[in-house]
Amino acid sequence: MKVPPDFGVDDAALVSITLPNDLRSVKGPEAHIMTQLRHCGYRRDTVFAIKLAFEEAVTNAVKHGNRNDRSKHVYLRYYVDPQRFVLMVRDEGNGFVPDKVPDPTTDENLERPCGRGIMLMSAYMTKLRFSEDGNEIWMLKENPAREP
Amino acid sequence: MEQPSSHVKIKRSGDVSVVQFADRKILEELSIHEIGEELRTLAESEPKIKLLLDFENVDHLASAALGMLITLHKKVQEQNGALKLSNINRQIFQVFKITRLNRVFDIHDTADKALASFEQA
Repeated sequence: MKVPPDFGVDDAALVSITLPNDLRSVKGPEAHIMTQLRHCGYRRDTVFAIKLAFEEAVTNAVKHGNRNDRSKHVYLRYYVDPQRFVLMVRDEGNGFVPDKVPDPTTDENLERPCGRGIMLMSAYMTKLRFSEDGNEIWMLKENPAREP
Repeated sequence: MEQPSSHVKIKRSGDVSVVQFADRKILEELSIHEIGEELRTLAESEPKIKLLLDFENVDHLASAALGMLITLHKKVQEQNGALKLSNINRQIFQVFKITRLNRVFDIHDTADKALASFEQA
Protein backbone atom coordinates (compact mmCIF):
# COMPACT_ATOMS: atom_id res chain seq x y z
CA MET A 1 0.00 0.00 0.00
CA LYS A 2 1.33 3.43 -0.93
CA VAL A 3 0.94 6.51 1.24
CA PRO A 4 -2.73 7.60 1.22
CA PRO A 5 -3.15 10.43 -1.32
CA ASP A 6 -4.79 12.78 1.20
CA PHE A 7 -1.66 12.69 3.42
CA GLY A 8 -0.08 15.22 1.04
CA VAL A 9 3.25 13.43 0.55
CA ASP A 10 4.87 11.89 -2.52
CA ASP A 11 5.34 8.17 -1.84
CA ALA A 12 8.88 8.34 -3.26
CA ALA A 13 9.86 10.81 -0.52
CA LEU A 14 9.35 8.28 2.30
CA VAL A 15 12.29 6.61 4.05
CA SER A 16 11.95 2.81 4.32
CA ILE A 17 13.48 0.66 7.10
CA THR A 18 13.24 -3.07 7.78
CA LEU A 19 13.80 -4.13 11.38
CA PRO A 20 14.01 -7.45 13.22
CA ASN A 21 10.93 -8.17 15.33
CA ASP A 22 12.42 -6.85 18.55
CA LEU A 23 11.37 -3.65 20.34
CA ARG A 24 15.02 -2.85 21.09
CA SER A 25 15.77 -2.64 17.36
CA VAL A 26 13.31 0.24 17.04
CA LYS A 27 15.07 2.53 19.50
CA GLY A 28 17.64 3.84 17.00
CA PRO A 29 15.16 4.82 14.26
CA GLU A 30 12.78 6.22 16.89
CA ALA A 31 15.46 8.46 18.41
CA HIS A 32 16.44 9.64 14.93
CA ILE A 33 12.84 10.54 14.01
CA MET A 34 12.27 12.40 17.31
CA THR A 35 15.45 14.42 16.69
CA GLN A 36 14.25 15.27 13.18
CA LEU A 37 10.89 16.42 14.55
CA ARG A 38 12.54 18.76 17.04
CA HIS A 39 14.82 20.14 14.31
CA CYS A 40 11.72 20.79 12.19
CA GLY A 41 10.21 22.91 14.97
CA TYR A 42 7.60 20.50 16.36
CA ARG A 43 6.50 21.55 19.83
CA ARG A 44 7.08 19.35 22.85
CA ASP A 45 3.40 18.31 23.08
CA THR A 46 3.38 17.27 19.44
CA VAL A 47 6.59 15.24 19.80
CA PHE A 48 5.03 13.56 22.86
CA ALA A 49 1.96 12.65 20.79
CA ILE A 50 4.01 11.29 17.89
CA LYS A 51 6.31 9.33 20.19
CA LEU A 52 3.33 7.76 21.92
CA ALA A 53 1.62 6.83 18.62
CA PHE A 54 4.90 5.53 17.17
CA GLU A 55 5.50 3.27 20.15
CA GLU A 56 1.92 1.99 20.25
CA ALA A 57 2.06 1.10 16.55
CA VAL A 58 5.41 -0.65 16.81
CA THR A 59 4.44 -2.49 20.00
CA ASN A 60 1.25 -3.71 18.30
CA ALA A 61 3.28 -4.91 15.29
CA VAL A 62 5.90 -6.77 17.36
CA LYS A 63 3.59 -8.19 20.00
CA HIS A 64 0.17 -8.68 18.40
CA GLY A 65 0.99 -8.77 14.66
CA ASN A 66 4.20 -10.79 14.68
CA ARG A 67 3.39 -12.42 18.04
CA ASN A 68 6.93 -11.83 19.33
CA ASP A 69 8.30 -14.17 16.62
CA ARG A 70 11.97 -13.21 16.30
CA SER A 71 12.15 -14.62 12.76
CA LYS A 72 9.68 -11.99 11.52
CA HIS A 73 10.21 -8.36 10.62
CA VAL A 74 8.66 -4.95 11.14
CA TYR A 75 8.63 -2.55 8.18
CA LEU A 76 8.67 1.20 8.75
CA ARG A 77 8.20 4.01 6.27
CA TYR A 78 8.24 7.62 7.38
CA TYR A 79 8.46 11.22 6.27
CA VAL A 80 9.15 14.37 8.27
CA ASP A 81 8.97 17.99 7.20
CA PRO A 82 8.00 21.13 9.15
CA GLN A 83 4.35 20.73 8.14
CA ARG A 84 3.69 17.03 8.60
CA PHE A 85 4.88 13.69 9.89
CA VAL A 86 3.85 10.47 8.15
CA LEU A 87 4.48 6.96 9.47
CA MET A 88 3.69 3.49 8.18
CA VAL A 89 4.19 0.38 10.32
CA ARG A 90 3.63 -3.07 8.79
CA ASP A 91 4.05 -6.50 10.33
CA GLU A 92 4.00 -10.03 8.94
CA GLY A 93 0.97 -11.13 10.93
CA ASN A 94 -2.54 -11.98 9.82
CA GLY A 95 -3.87 -8.51 10.51
CA PHE A 96 -6.99 -7.57 12.42
CA VAL A 97 -10.27 -5.74 11.95
CA PRO A 98 -9.96 -2.36 13.68
CA ASP A 99 -13.75 -1.95 13.99
CA LYS A 100 -13.90 -5.14 16.08
CA VAL A 101 -11.61 -3.78 18.79
CA PRO A 102 -13.94 -2.93 21.70
CA ASP A 103 -14.19 0.74 22.61
CA PRO A 104 -12.14 0.96 25.85
CA THR A 105 -13.87 4.15 26.99
CA THR A 106 -17.36 2.67 27.38
CA ASP A 107 -18.43 2.02 30.97
CA GLU A 108 -18.39 -1.77 30.53
CA ASN A 109 -14.86 -1.76 29.06
CA LEU A 110 -13.36 1.01 31.16
CA GLU A 111 -11.59 -1.37 33.53
CA ARG A 112 -10.34 -3.80 30.89
CA PRO A 113 -6.54 -3.72 30.91
CA CYS A 114 -6.09 -3.87 27.10
CA GLY A 115 -7.22 -2.13 23.93
CA ARG A 116 -6.15 1.49 24.40
CA GLY A 117 -3.30 1.70 21.88
CA ILE A 118 -5.45 2.28 18.79
CA MET A 119 -7.69 4.81 20.46
CA LEU A 120 -4.66 6.78 21.68
CA MET A 121 -3.16 6.78 18.18
CA SER A 122 -6.50 7.88 16.79
CA ALA A 123 -6.85 10.64 19.39
CA TYR A 124 -3.38 12.06 18.90
CA MET A 125 -2.91 11.73 15.14
CA THR A 126 -4.56 13.89 12.49
CA LYS A 127 -5.40 10.84 10.33
CA LEU A 128 -5.13 7.09 10.85
CA ARG A 129 -5.62 4.39 8.21
CA PHE A 130 -5.38 0.61 8.13
CA SER A 131 -4.74 -1.57 5.11
CA GLU A 132 -7.56 -3.90 4.11
CA ASP A 133 -5.79 -6.94 5.55
CA GLY A 134 -5.12 -5.02 8.79
CA ASN A 135 -1.38 -5.57 9.13
CA GLU A 136 -0.36 -2.11 7.98
CA ILE A 137 -1.13 1.18 9.69
CA TRP A 138 -0.61 4.66 8.29
CA MET A 139 -0.69 7.81 10.36
CA LEU A 140 -0.43 11.48 9.59
CA LYS A 141 0.28 14.21 12.12
CA GLU A 142 0.02 17.77 10.90
CA ASN A 143 2.25 20.11 12.85
CA PRO A 144 -0.18 22.44 14.66
CA ALA A 145 2.56 24.99 15.33
CA ARG A 146 2.87 25.50 11.58
CA GLU A 147 -0.82 25.73 10.86
CA PRO A 148 -2.09 29.17 9.83
CA MET B 1 12.13 2.16 55.15
CA GLU B 2 13.23 2.12 51.56
CA GLN B 3 13.37 -0.99 49.42
CA PRO B 4 15.72 -0.69 46.47
CA SER B 5 14.57 -2.28 43.23
CA SER B 6 15.27 -1.81 39.57
CA HIS B 7 12.10 0.04 38.57
CA VAL B 8 10.41 1.43 41.69
CA LYS B 9 11.31 2.93 45.05
CA ILE B 10 8.91 2.19 47.88
CA LYS B 11 8.80 4.39 50.96
CA ARG B 12 6.47 4.51 53.95
CA SER B 13 4.67 7.69 54.94
CA GLY B 14 2.66 6.80 58.04
CA ASP B 15 0.48 3.88 56.99
CA VAL B 16 0.76 4.68 53.27
CA SER B 17 3.15 2.93 50.89
CA VAL B 18 4.47 5.57 48.49
CA VAL B 19 5.84 4.29 45.18
CA GLN B 20 8.10 6.36 42.96
CA PHE B 21 9.20 5.22 39.55
CA ALA B 22 12.88 5.01 38.71
CA ASP B 23 12.27 5.17 34.95
CA ARG B 24 11.20 8.41 33.29
CA LYS B 25 9.50 6.38 30.59
CA ILE B 26 7.17 3.52 31.52
CA LEU B 27 7.20 2.02 28.07
CA GLU B 28 9.02 -1.26 27.80
CA GLU B 29 6.87 -4.36 27.91
CA LEU B 30 9.35 -6.12 30.14
CA SER B 31 9.74 -3.30 32.64
CA ILE B 32 5.96 -2.74 32.74
CA HIS B 33 5.52 -6.43 33.52
CA GLU B 34 8.19 -6.28 36.24
CA ILE B 35 6.72 -3.11 37.77
CA GLY B 36 3.29 -4.75 37.73
CA GLU B 37 4.65 -7.82 39.51
CA GLU B 38 6.44 -5.74 42.16
CA LEU B 39 3.33 -3.70 42.86
CA ARG B 40 1.07 -6.75 42.89
CA THR B 41 3.35 -8.38 45.45
CA LEU B 42 3.29 -5.19 47.50
CA ALA B 43 -0.51 -5.01 47.35
CA GLU B 44 -0.89 -8.65 48.35
CA SER B 45 1.48 -8.22 51.29
CA GLU B 46 -0.87 -5.95 53.20
CA PRO B 47 -4.66 -6.22 53.55
CA LYS B 48 -6.37 -2.82 53.23
CA ILE B 49 -3.18 -1.40 51.78
CA LYS B 50 -3.00 2.34 51.24
CA LEU B 51 -0.95 2.76 48.10
CA LEU B 52 0.17 5.99 46.46
CA LEU B 53 1.86 5.94 43.06
CA ASP B 54 3.79 9.16 42.57
CA PHE B 55 4.52 10.00 38.92
CA GLU B 56 6.84 12.92 39.60
CA ASN B 57 9.72 11.33 37.69
CA VAL B 58 7.64 10.01 34.79
CA ASP B 59 7.36 11.90 31.52
CA HIS B 60 6.12 9.17 29.19
CA LEU B 61 4.09 6.00 29.36
CA ALA B 62 2.60 3.38 27.05
CA SER B 63 -0.93 2.01 26.94
CA ALA B 64 0.39 -1.25 28.40
CA ALA B 65 1.30 0.74 31.54
CA LEU B 66 -2.34 1.85 31.78
CA GLY B 67 -3.33 -1.81 31.64
CA MET B 68 -0.89 -2.58 34.44
CA LEU B 69 -2.41 0.22 36.57
CA ILE B 70 -5.94 -1.11 35.98
CA THR B 71 -4.90 -4.61 37.03
CA LEU B 72 -3.21 -3.19 40.14
CA HIS B 73 -6.31 -1.13 40.95
CA LYS B 74 -8.44 -4.29 40.89
CA LYS B 75 -5.94 -6.10 43.11
CA VAL B 76 -5.96 -3.25 45.65
CA GLN B 77 -9.77 -3.24 45.63
CA GLU B 78 -9.77 -7.01 46.28
CA GLN B 79 -7.60 -6.26 49.31
CA ASN B 80 -10.14 -3.62 50.43
CA GLY B 81 -7.35 -1.10 50.08
CA ALA B 82 -7.05 2.27 48.38
CA LEU B 83 -4.93 3.33 45.41
CA LYS B 84 -4.19 6.95 44.57
CA LEU B 85 -2.02 8.60 41.94
CA SER B 86 -0.18 11.90 42.16
CA ASN B 87 2.11 14.29 40.29
CA ILE B 88 0.95 13.23 36.84
CA ASN B 89 2.26 15.76 34.33
CA ARG B 90 -0.05 17.56 31.93
CA GLN B 91 0.80 15.41 28.92
CA ILE B 92 0.29 12.12 30.73
CA PHE B 93 -2.89 13.39 32.39
CA GLN B 94 -4.18 14.01 28.88
CA VAL B 95 -3.63 10.28 28.17
CA PHE B 96 -5.75 9.46 31.24
CA LYS B 97 -8.45 11.86 30.04
CA ILE B 98 -8.55 10.49 26.48
CA THR B 99 -8.95 6.97 27.83
CA ARG B 100 -11.38 8.19 30.54
CA LEU B 101 -9.18 6.59 33.17
CA ASN B 102 -9.21 9.86 35.11
CA ARG B 103 -12.66 8.63 36.18
CA VAL B 104 -11.33 5.28 37.36
CA PHE B 105 -8.33 6.51 39.34
CA ASP B 106 -8.20 8.90 42.29
CA ILE B 107 -5.68 11.43 40.97
CA HIS B 108 -4.16 14.27 43.01
CA ASP B 109 -1.93 17.18 42.00
CA THR B 110 0.73 16.45 44.59
CA ALA B 111 1.83 13.58 46.83
CA ASP B 112 1.05 15.71 49.90
CA LYS B 113 -2.56 16.25 48.78
CA ALA B 114 -2.92 12.53 48.05
CA LEU B 115 -1.52 11.61 51.48
CA ALA B 116 -3.89 14.07 53.15
CA SER B 117 -6.84 12.50 51.30
CA PHE B 118 -5.95 9.06 52.74
CA GLU B 119 -6.28 10.57 56.21
CA GLN B 120 -9.68 12.06 55.39
CA ALA B 121 -11.04 8.77 54.05
